[in-house]
Amino acid sequence: MAALSSAERAEIDAEIAILPDARSASIEALKTVQRHRRWIDDDALGAVAEYLDLSKHELEAIASFYNLLFRKPVGRHVVLVCDSVSCWILGNEAVKQALEDSLGAAFGEVTRDDRFTALPMQCLGACDRGPALMIDEDLHGPVQPADVSELLRRYP
Amino acid sequence: MATIWIDGVSYEADPSRNLLAVILELGFDLPYFCWHPALGSIGACRQCAITQFRGEDDHQGQVVMACMTPAAEGARVSIDHASAATLRKSVIEWLMVSHPHDCPVCDEGGECHLQDMTVMAGHTYRRSRLPKRTYISQDLGPLIGHEMNRCIQCYRCVRFYREYAGGHDLQAMGTRDRIYFGRYQDGPLESEFAGNLVEICPTGVFTDKTQARHYTRKWDLQTAPSICTHCGVGCNINPGERYGALRRVRARYHGAVNGYFLCDRGRYGYEFESSDRRIRVPLAPRGEQNQAEELSVQAAVTRVAKILTSSRRVIGVGSPRATIESNYALQRLVGADGFFHAACAEEHRSSLAALDALREGPSRSPALREIERCDAVVVLGEDLTQSAPMMALAIRQAALAIPRSVAERQGIPPWHDAAIRESVQSARGPVFLLSPAPTKLDDLATRVYRKTPRAIAAAGQAIARALDPQVPALAGDEMDRAGIEEIARALTVAERPLVVAGSGTASEAVINAAANLAWATSAAREDDRAAELAYALPWANSAGLSLLGGAPLDEALAAAERGEVDAAIILESDLDRIAGPGPAERFLGQVRHAVVLDHIAHPTAARADVVLPAATFAEGHGHLVNSEGRAQRQMAVFSPDEPIRESWRWLREAMMLAGYDEADSWTGAEAIAEAAARDHPALARLPDAQLSADFRLGGAKVARAPHRYSGRAAAKLHLNVLEPTPPRDNDSPLEFSMEGSPVLPPGKIETTFWAPGWSSPQALTRFQEEIDGPLRGGDPGVRLIEPAGEPFAYRDVALSAPSPELAPTPVVAAFGSEELSALAPGIAALAPRAFLELNPRDAASLGLADDDVVSVRARGASARLSVRLEPGRAQGTAGIPLGLEDIPVALSFAGELITGS
Ligand code: SF4
Ligand code: SF4
Ligand code: FES
Repeated sequence: MAALSSAERAEIDAEIAILPDARSASIEALKTVQRHRRWIDDDALGAVAEYLDLSKHELEAIASFYNLLFRKPVGRHVVLVCDSVSCWILGNEAVKQALEDSLGAAFGEVTRDDRFTALPMQCLGACDRGPALMIDEDLHGPVQPADVSELLRRYP
Repeated sequence: MATIWIDGVSYEADPSRNLLAVILELGFDLPYFCWHPALGSIGACRQCAITQFRGEDDHQGQVVMACMTPAAEGARVSIDHASAATLRKSVIEWLMVSHPHDCPVCDEGGECHLQDMTVMAGHTYRRSRLPKRTYISQDLGPLIGHEMNRCIQCYRCVRFYREYAGGHDLQAMGTRDRIYFGRYQDGPLESEFAGNLVEICPTGVFTDKTQARHYTRKWDLQTAPSICTHCGVGCNINPGERYGALRRVRARYHGAVNGYFLCDRGRYGYEFESSDRRIRVPLAPRGEQNQAEELSVQAAVTRVAKILTSSRRVIGVGSPRATIESNYALQRLVGADGFFHAACAEEHRSSLAALDALREGPSRSPALREIERCDAVVVLGEDLTQSAPMMALAIRQAALAIPRSVAERQGIPPWHDAAIRESVQSARGPVFLLSPAPTKLDDLATRVYRKTPRAIAAAGQAIARALDPQVPALAGDEMDRAGIEEIARALTVAERPLVVAGSGTASEAVINAAANLAWATSAAREDDRAAELAYALPWANSAGLSLLGGAPLDEALAAAERGEVDAAIILESDLDRIAGPGPAERFLGQVRHAVVLDHIAHPTAARADVVLPAATFAEGHGHLVNSEGRAQRQMAVFSPDEPIRESWRWLREAMMLAGYDEADSWTGAEAIAEAAARDHPALARLPDAQLSADFRLGGAKVARAPHRYSGRAAAKLHLNVLEPTPPRDNDSPLEFSMEGSPVLPPGKIETTFWAPGWSSPQALTRFQEEIDGPLRGGDPGVRLIEPAGEPFAYRDVALSAPSPELAPTPVVAAFGSEELSALAPGIAALAPRAFLELNPRDAASLGLADDDVVSVRARGASARLSVRLEPGRAQGTAGIPLGLEDIPVALSFAGELITGS
């Protein structure tokens, strides 16, 4: 899976085309690869670096800076739980606990069925709906601990 | 000048500077981390907080970062004001939350900027009881240690490494409180300038791994001003010694030459000095039954004197890595006709041509820091990162000259690095590179041309002709018109255009074409000024040796071949390395007697009648002339064990015994330098390069060791319970001791660079006349060469006939090509293995593939090299590494491929 697929290359090329140089496309290129592969393993990072003519060191500096670029395996669905102070005041600790209990996996781990990875996130910008969480592209909140397992069921 | 108030007192200040620089320059203590005079300000660490007031009646003020605030007219600030002082104390407390507090086992301890700043900001008690975040550090290769836990996130390392030096493999990884400064994975740092991280990092994250193997704290080192001995750039260094061996080399600030930095060849090459190949006693290698025999000083000198008196024709082989003094003594001994250079004809011709060009024409040779300010650069042939690394670093800064000036026109102050980078983005140049193979400067070039050395010379001449039709036309120019005009235009419109070449292409034609190009610029420019002209010469004293005059080694070999030589005195050089074992052995067989003076054993020494142990750069005094034409003085760092002494002292003793009376008058290092200056008009100013031996401060000499130096009485206790008297130094104003004048000496003979509250290299601000300016009392060294001006005659560019054969082209390696540094284990580990580099098309037409082994021959020397394909190499060239073991230098310059059979 190391080399970039033609679909990945086409999407990266489309980004390069509208930017001043290939280097500027590095974040989009990493996002592209992540869309196709869920997360960016070392080989994929190397392939992108080569494609953009950047050193692996430079690309890793970018990849490790953005917390929505995943350098470790994640499940099919990523659950981002808002970890900001507003959500904390509104009781996100109980939500986090309920989430871990339902998943049977700690934050950062992949569930055994490969379905989920939960990650704390600072912050989702949804203080009015706290405690908030996001599954893939969908924002949920306020979430009560009791809602969690029902919520997860919607993401097979 | 602007008037500013600091804590109620008014001062004059340069308004184009920031307040941190001004405050430090005025002698105040203000802690800082992220600012560095060479890197500018980014306001990242928040440590340099001061309070700024709106006017006389504002007593509350607001906190600003001194490094980000201009010294504007009427500025009123306070260093002592409570809000700033409290913030500074808090900032360092936060920075130290996860610091390991491991000073006693940290190599930075005792010269640590973080230690200094912690004390200065008043953070004396650790309140945090939080767990410290920890990291796994990396193995960054044989030269640099890494301990990430000590990091305080000032970002200086990556700013130097990436932005200043153009490296790619050191990055800031991660975010928040988990920022990691390192590589993608373990492995040697790739930049030739990585060693500067040791001094740039304000704490002990990056440390000198070579020093760690024989560790000594700063306060226990003996130091003296010295000059790097590993290439022609002539960077200033502070070598540190303890127990009779060098422990490390640090950059020694020079306002005109190397500034704050060194390359890694210069920083780490020093370990040759304690290599097991050191010669420490006089030897007769071919004594009884060909067994090496140690000689007493007297016996050795007597033998040499006997050789001198009994031989009819004695010749001398001078050395481009030996001092002026030693070469001069040898030249006096053998006479001008009998004096040869330990250099192949190609290298010899290049050096002479370069010096002639600098003396005869209108172009001036710029010092390194003047190169940094040039705003259009053309490099003909030379791979500067490998052959003259610090010159490449200067050109990297020159590539920013125009983009920076654009930023300054937008009103951005020159010190505001954050805003300048934002404005500059990826703009560089104009820089034009013409070279036979890819170089590490290619990334910043406006345009890169790959050509054979012959075509590079032709192109240089063609551009010169575009500037001035008086330049003679040459056949064989393959450069396109548009390219020629682009470069010609860049040289015409720039403020300070620069042309660079060197001996790395083995082509005198390239040297001459570069001169013509620089000179022709004057014809096209409105101001009639010629471009500056910089040459990179290979050895620390290539220029000095050329100023003395003499013929190349090849002619010495030919004279011996004709039976005209009875004895040869070979100064600090290995003829096997240059000419190859075959020709060297033949030469030593033809001369009846040979004497070798050197610090390291080599095959040539093994065949001599007498070998004399010569002092290294750290053990003796002498002058070198760098590629710029600047004479610089090396002062002995320590006094070596008997009987090691400078080569010229050995020669003097033998000459006196053999009845050469003039040697009598060379009573000391200064006396012989003065004699050389009298005999050679070009060297007339040599004695002005440093303060003389009779310089005193308050009646006392200057100590080489700091006042905290410990253990002198104990150091030799195992030999004698009586503390030995320190050796005397009659040759310089320095003392081999920690006892000396208590007065701060002029910067040029300062040894320790320590000031109250400042024990790290950052103490330097206390020794500069102004921040980034010359050392207090003036920088050392003296320029010997100035341009003659108009009128001038263009130099003859003689192109060799085009030939179907591949042109042998030296491949210079920063690590490996220089003889002495290659003996340092860390450098040796990074040196390339022997290879023959070909363009794949040339290889295909010769029926060669990767890893095929080919014989290469020249002038009786030969080697077998395995092929390496490089698509970026110019067709028609065969790249042969220069100076690697088993590849005689003659092959790199003149090797012929033996293919077919
Ligand atoms: S490693 Fe050193 S130079 Fe780099 S950020 Fe950390 S403390 Fe600063
Ligand atoms: S550039 Fe040359 S003189 Fe300067 S440190 Fe490097 S080897 Fe030494
Ligand atoms: S030195 Fe001023 S903010 Fe770092």
